[in-house]
Amino acid sequence: MPVFYPLLAVNSAIPLSYFVLASAALFSIGLGVVVVKRNAIVVLMGVELMLNAANLNLVAFSRYDPDLKGQMFGLFVIVVAAAEAVVALAIVLLVYRRFQTVDLDEVNEMKR
Amino acid sequence: MLTLGSAVVVLLSRNVLYSAYSLLLTFVGIAALYVLAGADFLAVTQLMVYVGGVLVLLVFGVMLTHRGDAQKSVAQRATEPNVVRTNHGRTLAGVLVAGGMFALLFTVIQKADFTRNEATFYDPITRVSTVPDVGIHLMTDYALPFEVVGVLLLAALIGAAYLSSIRN
Repeated sequence: MPVFYPLLAVNSAIPLSYFVLASAALFSIGLGVVVVKRNAIVVLMGVELMLNAANLNLVAFSRYDPDLKGQMFGLFVIVVAAAEAVVALAIVLLVYRRFQTVDLDEVNEMKR
Repeated sequence: MLTLGSAVVVLLSRNVLYSAYSLLLTFVGIAALYVLAGADFLAVTQLMVYVGGVLVLLVFGVMLTHRGDAQKSVAQRATEPNVVRTNHGRTLAGVLVAGGMFALLFTVIQKADFTRNEATFYDPITRVSTVPDVGIHLMTDYALPFEVVGVLLLAALIGAAYLSSIRN
């Protein structure tokens, strides 16, 4: 009985440099989001974008690695990013309860 | 390129929910790129963790931390569109930092010249599926990180539950 693996067909169609360039652009966009936005949650979204960009690099390079080291590392990065998002959101909720805002420029108690 | 386009929308949109939805599109696009790079297990994980978990969490965060206009009454607020907006600050610095970062990365990538290595050294390894390999590695070579990550997740879970249960 023939088994179809659709992933096999598209494997290795794209040169590596495209992945790396896309990852660089994603990282820069994430950095821009982190710097420009003033809502704490949108800043978190930017952090997620940057983590994903790094992950994309790892995965793209692990195509050439028989041990799949990059993919394993990427897997752990995903887990740690999820944990980070959870804790950061809990902190954002606490900040909102205390200051009644999530605008990062208004949370400046330590400056006063 | 869908990925990059929607990431740009995350950057440019002032509406937080539009940002969140375009972030969803970005994550799906990244999962597609994983598939193109031959990492099927990671693509499915990406879909489950990011699209199913992190994004829902972010949207919940938007919902819980939004405060409507306090001056208006509830009836007034109910009639107008419920838009959560975010302001942009330090736009010039952001453009400078992000553009500089991209320029730096771009020059480095141009100088690295991956294409030649690709042609002469290796061919990409073709696999039927990465799931068996990933599973075997997780249980043998990466058993310790696997356990550590499990403990980390547990700690994050307990920590988040504790933090969000503090009442003043």
